[in-house]
Amino acid sequence: MSVIHFILKDGSTRTLQARHGASVMEIAVLGNVPGIAGECGGSCACATCHVYVADADVDRLAPPDDMETDMLSAVAAERLACSRLACQIAMSAELDGLTVRVPHTQS
Amino acid sequence: MNAPLTIVGASYAGLQIAASARELGYDGPIVMLGDEAHAPYQRPPLSKGLLSGKTAPGQLPLRAPSFYDEQRIELRLGCRVESLDIGQRSLGLADGSALRYGVLAITTGARARPLALPGADLAGVHALRTLDDALALIAATERAQRVAVIGGGFIGLEVAAALAERGIAVSVIEAQPRLLARSVPPLLSAYIAELHRTRGVELLCGRQVRELRGWQGRVCGVGLDDGTAIECDLVVAGIGVLPNTEWALQAGLPADAAGRIMVDTLGRTAASDVFAAGDCAAMPSPHAPQPDQPVCLESIQAANDGARAIASCLVGRPLPCGAVPWFWSDQHGVRLQMAGLPAADDEVVLRGRTADKGFSLFMLRAGRIAAVHSVNRPAEHLLARKLVAARAQVDAHSVADLSFDLARTLDP
Ligand SMILES: Cc1cc2nc3c(=O)[nH]c(=O)nc-3n(C[C@H](O)[C@H](O)[C@H](O)COP(=O)(O)OP(=O)(O)OC[C@H]3O[C@@H](n4cnc5c(N)ncnc54)[C@H](O)[C@@H]3O)c2cc1C
Ligand code: FES
Repeated sequence: MSVIHFILKDGSTRTLQARHGASVMEIAVLGNVPGIAGECGGSCACATCHVYVADADVDRLAPPDDMETDMLSAVAAERLACSRLACQIAMSAELDGLTVRVPHTQS
Repeated sequence: MNAPLTIVGASYAGLQIAASARELGYDGPIVMLGDEAHAPYQRPPLSKGLLSGKTAPGQLPLRAPSFYDEQRIELRLGCRVESLDIGQRSLGLADGSALRYGVLAITTGARARPLALPGADLAGVHALRTLDDALALIAATERAQRVAVIGGGFIGLEVAAALAERGIAVSVIEAQPRLLARSVPPLLSAYIAELHRTRGVELLCGRQVRELRGWQGRVCGVGLDDGTAIECDLVVAGIGVLPNTEWALQAGLPADAAGRIMVDTLGRTAASDVFAAGDCAAMPSPHAPQPDQPVCLESIQAANDGARAIASCLVGRPLPCGAVPWFWSDQHGVRLQMAGLPAADDEVVLRGRTADKGFSLFMLRAGRIAAVHSVNRPAEHLLARKLVAARAQVDAHSVADLSFDLARTLDP
């Protein structure tokens, strides 16, 4: 088990236990993190699981694949260099302590 | 205490009503009744990742168990509603008890249409609607070598793809002359047919199943109307759905020809304080070819949007549905995404080439973008939703020109 920190829209932080292998989207949805919708259930089809990865953590992640990059160009909130789709980030021991921020809108 | 908001049917629409009502500040008691044993879970993976083995059942819940307590939603599972008395505001439950409601939301969805064929009750004949159906089907496929899928719609094709991926021989039998005939234009049907054939799936279109043949009580083959017989050790039927509304229609709620409860764009039925959404309801859509005629889109988007409209009524800030319908399907690693509702006489324009990894088909109606079907073009799909919402005006030549930026048509 690792942990993930979610910075919510109101600025507060919610820390959740993260099962290895589960996606950051799944962990957020099952942990009732507001602002991550995951409408397509993680099949990289809806872009409603957009998050901003903390600067310090960006390099810990494998870069997005073509499909994710394409989808990121269509997220509802502003796209930043640290934008990712939470459903495409699989939790692992290496990502323990990952911090992601929830954007102000997903639609 | 106030009689509760009572939601019958614990799935997408039901859950979204409860969740949105709480988000909007609805403070009254909420009771959600569902006849399945499971708390609300995702259905799309049942014919996709779960069947192919990429998704585990533990990944399916729509919310964590703690959500229901935190949001003060009383979830009663294994609880079946059998009758409705609108005058008394009362529901009759399968255990014989009665339950009073203040506001009723009907979200009982649909069930798989059963095969009406000789042999339909043989062992080895499956349908796919619920998690229990999926688990039974998965267990049966452990031993299966040849599967006949009846119905070349989305569910039938996804099942065919998932099983073919696992090395099982699959034949799909479709009564229409082409796949997905009700949903996509011929060009896309042809592309999808080719995709399945190259992955080894046998397609039999324009053929009707006459009978299922059995041996010692188990299905062993399918007999077609042209006299051919297909050997198989498992049959999966994906021939559409029937709405779970009999119990509610007895109370006199108006329904369409298929038995779906008619609602307006706020999810209101003909009875006051009785709402319906999702696969059990038919609602007019401004994006349908005939905007006044209620339609049922049988999609997560429609269930969620109908539910949000109902929640908006509950808090006295009504916000009608009008969002662009969208849907997706995964087959053989190809992502198909649809926005808007096509009509048979739309002008169909290809953007990209079907030989490329991805392309889109644009359906133009009176010079405006009415629907878009995309293959492996997720970002174009998201843009398409905006283009359909704006009924963007564009000519076929520009759509076909990949160097033309379609987003430009959004702000003229
Ligand atoms: C295999 C499969 C794959 C799909 N893939 C996609 C996809 O990729 N994209 C997409 O958008 N849509 C997809 N769909 C369609 C989507 O799942 C439905 O549109 C959606 O589930 C509708 O939600 P709902 O809440 O209206 O009804 P349902 O999900 O059908 O839920 C209704 C619930 O009410 C319960 N119920 C029924 N009668 C009673 C009663 N009398 N008392 C108590 N409870 C009752 C039912 O058991 C059920 O649990 C798929 C469906 C299936 C089956
Ligand atoms: S959950 Fe839909 S793209 Fe991530």
